[in-house]
Amino acid sequence: MHSIKKNKNIRLGSSYVLLVVMSILIFYPLAWTIGASFNKGNSLVSTTLIPKSPTLAHYVELTKTSGSFYYFQWFLNSLKISVVTMVLSVALVSVTAYAFSRFRFKGRKNGLVLFLLLQMIPQFSALIALFVMAQMLHLVNSHFLLILIYVGGQIPMNTYLMKGYIDSIPVSLDESALLDGAGYTRIFLQIIVPLAKPMIAVVAMNGFTGPLGDFALSSVILRDPKSYTLPIGLYNLINDKMGASYTLFAAGAILISIPVAIVFILLQKNFVSGLTEGGTKG
Amino acid sequence: MDKAAKQSKSHAKTAALLSIIPGLGQLYNKQLIKGIGFLIIAILYVTGFWSLFNMGFWGLFTLGTEVPRDNSIFLLAEGLIAVLILGIGLLFYYMNFRDAYQNGEKIDMGQHPEKFVGSIKSLFNTNYPYLLISPGLLLLIFTVIFPILFSFALAFTNYDLYHTAPAHLADWVGFNTFKQIFTVDIWRSTFFDVLGWTVIWTLVASTLSVTIGIFMAIVVHQKDLRLKKLWRTVLVLPWAVPGFVTILIFAGMFNDSFGAVNTVILHALGIHPVSWMTNAAWTKVALLFVQSWLGFPYIFVVTTGVLQSIPEDLYEAAIMDGATAWQKFSKITLPFILAQMAPIIITQYTFNFNNFNIIYLFNNGGPAVPNSTAGGTDILVSWIYKLTMQSNQYALAAALTILLSVFVIGIALWQFKRTNSFKEG
Repeated sequence: MHSIKKNKNIRLGSSYVLLVVMSILIFYPLAWTIGASFNKGNSLVSTTLIPKSPTLAHYVELTKTSGSFYYFQWFLNSLKISVVTMVLSVALVSVTAYAFSRFRFKGRKNGLVLFLLLQMIPQFSALIALFVMAQMLHLVNSHFLLILIYVGGQIPMNTYLMKGYIDSIPVSLDESALLDGAGYTRIFLQIIVPLAKPMIAVVAMNGFTGPLGDFALSSVILRDPKSYTLPIGLYNLINDKMGASYTLFAAGAILISIPVAIVFILLQKNFVSGLTEGGTKG
Repeated sequence: MDKAAKQSKSHAKTAALLSIIPGLGQLYNKQLIKGIGFLIIAILYVTGFWSLFNMGFWGLFTLGTEVPRDNSIFLLAEGLIAVLILGIGLLFYYMNFRDAYQNGEKIDMGQHPEKFVGSIKSLFNTNYPYLLISPGLLLLIFTVIFPILFSFALAFTNYDLYHTAPAHLADWVGFNTFKQIFTVDIWRSTFFDVLGWTVIWTLVASTLSVTIGIFMAIVVHQKDLRLKKLWRTVLVLPWAVPGFVTILIFAGMFNDSFGAVNTVILHALGIHPVSWMTNAAWTKVALLFVQSWLGFPYIFVVTTGVLQSIPEDLYEAAIMDGATAWQKFSKITLPFILAQMAPIIITQYTFNFNNFNIIYLFNNGGPAVPNSTAGGTDILVSWIYKLTMQSNQYALAAALTILLSVFVIGIALWQFKRTNSFKEG
């Protein structure tokens, strides 16, 4: 009995030690960035975790534009592109997935195989084509074109996930609604959509975070600093040969990360259930 | 009976035959508005796209003949668009035949083909799924399928910096570029170096994320562990912060001269500074660390969900049978997790195979390798990006795209055959 208790203490003790170590590993880079954002100067040479003479200068600098620096414009661009992509993907994906899940039509099987193949080929291996397309259509720097490309890229994988999820909603619900005289459109809106909410949350998250983190596609289409999104803008900031500004970058990074992280943690519950159920069924 | 059956097809056949010119078959079936509508659409289609077809197919075959009038790449793009539009047109042409035939059949059976309003209604009902998928499908065709086809076509041209408009034209060269990848020494060695690291990267980075994620989920899931909610929130943080931000932060922290890893952590431990960004081997270590940091929370969250769904009575039965803690874990918990999470674990691998962001944003795929277009830590996708955006070797980039796609699709199909999850479709 004594040794069982001792074993338990070792197990729990080492668990807590491990969790504390992991927490340090997770918090250190974040704390370091917060520290850097309050540090004076541009470089990180004299940076300390807790700044000796903290300054808000970098946050003030973010509100200004100078040369090719347009932080707030980038922020708004990123937000706009991500939100519109999210809304359009959710709409297109759920409608397409509903068709693939509930109807048997010619070309259905081929369509599913096509989606499966397309989700494996990374979209930006077609970089050159997208760039040529932008030039031909005179849509270089166009957020509209970029959004369409993002939404198109979201369709294959998310449709597959969503279709798997809708498959798990009993068809008997549709049938009884059909007997009550409901049309397909009503069945979709009033039965499928509410029941598929967890997966809709997953698709929405993918639609939002995909464009928010994309560097490859956006750097091909967006060439004018004013049209940049945050990944390109911030990347250029620390890779600027004329003088990288890590502290300014740190302030910009904090300003985007905190709201995104808060929203993410608040909404977590909604898409986690979709991920676990959908991922294992899909 | 035999004769009647034969005769009963006559309307259908005539209607279908007449439909060689779209609309005539429908007119023959006495569907006036529909017939005229089809006819007008057909005329508009042919007149509207005639010059595109003319120009497109000429361009597709020749890729231009005169400098500086012709731009080979634009011609190629127009040609492919012509092919796509022709394809869509043929699909509708086929549907026109079918429609005429089916309505003719109705007449043969003594029924009346539907009036215009009726056929709109039935269009809505029988073709409802097509109506649903067409917006998504159209977008997919022009933003995903067309660019991929275009890239594939480019692989068979010699398009690069020296064959660029307006001064030069590009030409079809068949499999030349592919041959060069495997025969020109510098290309071959770069290709196999990059492919090798891509495979190692994919396997190690994904396996690390998966293992850490599952392990941490099990640790936090222990019944007598306190502050579960707090630990879970903390462990999810790396996923909550936008990935590109984290990668750029780590790029700063691993900086050789002023990064915190060298100046603070290793300094405190009394270890000499490590050249994280200039030595490929060390960059790889750093990349694996950063990707584990970024990737484990997702697996952690999903595993936590799966753990909570394991039926409690399984464990109770095991305890009755006198199972040890290790037996419970290896015989119940782990198999359950792996079975439930197989698809999600596989997506980790495909994700990392294509994980452009971390490779490019962390250290530009570098450090640079002398005489090579690829850096020391470039994976296939980041190499393709560099070839396109930095050294303008478009044809080579496109050929690599094809090889990459074949590789990925091959593995995926093999995987699907093994798991059999494909059968359900």
